[in-house]
Amino acid sequence: MSPIQLQIDGRTVHTEAGATVLAAAQKAGISIPTLCHHEKLEPYGACRICTVEVESGGRTRLVAACLYPVEEGLVVRTRSPKVDKIRKVILELLLAHAPDAPALQALAEEYGADRNRYEKEASFCIHCGLCVRYCAEVKKLNAVGFIDRGMRREISFVPEIASQVCWNCKECFPLCPTSALQAAYVLVEGLLGSTRGGNPE
Amino acid sequence: MARFHSPEALESYRKGLLTDRDPNKPCIGLCTGSACQASGSLKVAERIEAELEKQGLKGRVNFRKTGCHGFCERGPMVVIQPEEIAYFQLQPEDVPEILTRTFQEKTIAEKYLYTDPQSGERLVRESEIPFYKFQQRLVFGSNGNIDPKNIDDYLALGGYSALTKALFRMTPEEVLEEVKKSHLRGRGGGGFPTGRKWEESRRAPGEIKYVIVNADEGDPGAYMDRSLLEGNPHSVLEGLIIGAYAVGAQEGFVYVRQEYPLAVENINLAIEQARAYGFLGKDILGSGFDFEVKVHRGAGAFVCGESSALMTALEGRAGEPRPKYIHTAVKGLWDRPSVLNNVETWANVPLIINNGADWFARIGTDRSKGTKIFSLVGKIAHTGLVEVPMGVTLRDIIFKIGGGIPGGKKFKAVQTGGPSGGCLPESLLDLPVGFDELTQAGSMMGSGGMIVMDEDTCMVDVARYFLDFLTDESCGKCVPCREGMRQMLKILTRITQGHGKEGDIERLEELAEVTGEASLCALGRSAPNPLLSTLRYFREEYEAHIREKRCPALSCKALIAYYIDPEKCQACQICFRKCPVMAIDGGKNRIHIIDQDKCTKCGTCFEVCPDRFKAVRKISGQPLPPPLPEEARVIVRGAGKKAQTIE
Repeated sequence: MSPIQLQIDGRTVHTEAGATVLAAAQKAGISIPTLCHHEKLEPYGACRICTVEVESGGRTRLVAACLYPVEEGLVVRTRSPKVDKIRKVILELLLAHAPDAPALQALAEEYGADRNRYEKEASFCIHCGLCVRYCAEVKKLNAVGFIDRGMRREISFVPEIASQVCWNCKECFPLCPTSALQAAYVLVEGLLGSTRGGNPE
Repeated sequence: MARFHSPEALESYRKGLLTDRDPNKPCIGLCTGSACQASGSLKVAERIEAELEKQGLKGRVNFRKTGCHGFCERGPMVVIQPEEIAYFQLQPEDVPEILTRTFQEKTIAEKYLYTDPQSGERLVRESEIPFYKFQQRLVFGSNGNIDPKNIDDYLALGGYSALTKALFRMTPEEVLEEVKKSHLRGRGGGGFPTGRKWEESRRAPGEIKYVIVNADEGDPGAYMDRSLLEGNPHSVLEGLIIGAYAVGAQEGFVYVRQEYPLAVENINLAIEQARAYGFLGKDILGSGFDFEVKVHRGAGAFVCGESSALMTALEGRAGEPRPKYIHTAVKGLWDRPSVLNNVETWANVPLIINNGADWFARIGTDRSKGTKIFSLVGKIAHTGLVEVPMGVTLRDIIFKIGGGIPGGKKFKAVQTGGPSGGCLPESLLDLPVGFDELTQAGSMMGSGGMIVMDEDTCMVDVARYFLDFLTDESCGKCVPCREGMRQMLKILTRITQGHGKEGDIERLEELAEVTGEASLCALGRSAPNPLLSTLRYFREEYEAHIREKRCPALSCKALIAYYIDPEKCQACQICFRKCPVMAIDGGKNRIHIIDQDKCTKCGTCFEVCPDRFKAVRKISGQPLPPPLPEEARVIVRGAGKKAQTIE
């Protein structure tokens, strides 16, 4: 892999070809906020909080830093009025789900997001997919997945698998930024309570 | 069926076909596209077959069940060649008369002809009818002359000659150059230059490449791809094979909606027949080029019309879009270079190869070449599929071809480009239809949906409707699309229900901006279009809803009340009897009054009140006049002041 030189927030950064803008920034100690990103998982590009401005070939675009591959001479701006506005609105939309999640609150403060701007939603889940992807990619168990689509999309444990494997794993719990996951699991546990042949020690 | 091993073998077969086919022999072409089938064309077909037998016409008259002719409003329809006599809205019982008149008496069955609404003149030939007269049906025109289940019909019209030309007289690079030179742009949505896409794939590293037909048409009210795939599947297939040759692909897919059973049937049959003739498989026509196609039936998710989601679904996973920072032309299906084009785009390819890029580039505008098929629906006199050269104005499409707005209503807006297109107002009717023109006006070409709206349509409610559709059809993966639309829909619903508040418009604009700029795929990025375009052109309607709690189109139920004008009510008791919830207090010679607490605003009273009275009206944004005191409600007939002629 040949080294690539790009510019992030005015600083010259060197990185390997094939790296993402996020990886290049992290390597250079430049912070870009993320919610659905995890180093052990494939880039996902769902939360869009890592949106940055890139300039190449005379064109400025808004892209997800966690997915956008670096290229020679690329100019990246991790903060701009536009980027900040996008992050603020995204945070306000997520705070409608999980107003008390510490990860969101910290970012809300930085971007001036108002947790009461949009009508509250019942679910804490912000669909970052960390649990689903961790279970699939790292544990290869697929005990939790997404069901339905659009506005009705939600995470759900697959009872047949969850009852066999989750009790002894629970590695996804600490990944969840809003503790929605744990609630979902408790629900499945409750539903399976009488029939589960598992081992609650 | 014989497999052709050389272009000469094909040409000699074609010659034989043409010799056997007498162009002057009468042929009845009955539309059996899905729309005409829905209005009973298969029953008409049975009757035609039986009647040809009965009247002893079997050997003298050919009968062909064709694909969609486009004038769906007037189906089922037949066109009788060679005179091109067009009969409309046929029922099985009309068949004997038509056959007798046309073939025995050699006259015309007048009453089934198209009558021009202005002149009252009956028009005989299909091409004289304004709906057809102003069209240029290059891609769609053959539909009426082809039985889609019979490859010989396609061959008789010169089918697969473009393939022969490409394979034997052109190199793949030359084919590519020709398509590039034609400036053909994708007919599915984005309008990306087709040739550039092909070139990117051709140049991309990798032995295995794919070509794909996107027939996952999902826009509400749009059905041009369905009709093309149903009516002329070989034209799409021929385009695909040529594309595969240019790109260097040996495998192709047709991704077609499961909900299009006839299209699925016809394309499968077409592939089978093409394979039998040697247009597919190993060593096509002896050229050494191999290519195979598979049909994949989509499971009905709108988002799968997006190229990366379609490919993900084709791979057997949930159809979710993925980022396209590296184009699918380079890294698509199974991470291999994949060219995905819409049905109509592929169907244009044989025309370009046969007639040349220069011919094609002469049609249309500077930056939008060729023709485009539009699905003209909504409040329009002539619902159907129309094909026009790019650059024709919206006014020509809607009024000249479409016959204008029915019921004497006024035109209000046209939404182009499907659910994520924009609504354009009357002031833009003279806009030439082209990719860039529509985008600049805040709408888009999309795949060619065109929904016409009249004065009774509430534009806030239209925006709400399309967002409702898209929130349902979003895959739900990324935040701006899922959550942004969720909140936009909530606000719009609130406004149409009379609970709009100051700041809502600003909130909507902010959400639209972020959803439009930060979403992962084109569904989210274009989703705010209906909202933004209605805000741009009909902002006063939003303000009226929010500030005055008034729906200017008198359409939002929560903001209107039905009211019986005591000056006009003649106590005829029609509404009194028809009201399904008995909300009307009336009786003989008593001016009727609507009990607003009971009224469900179904509009029945409004519909049934006789035109000569027109006593029921809709009121919005103002208080209802107080009900008449009981004693003032009596109508005294004859000499009295309320005297009217009523039995």
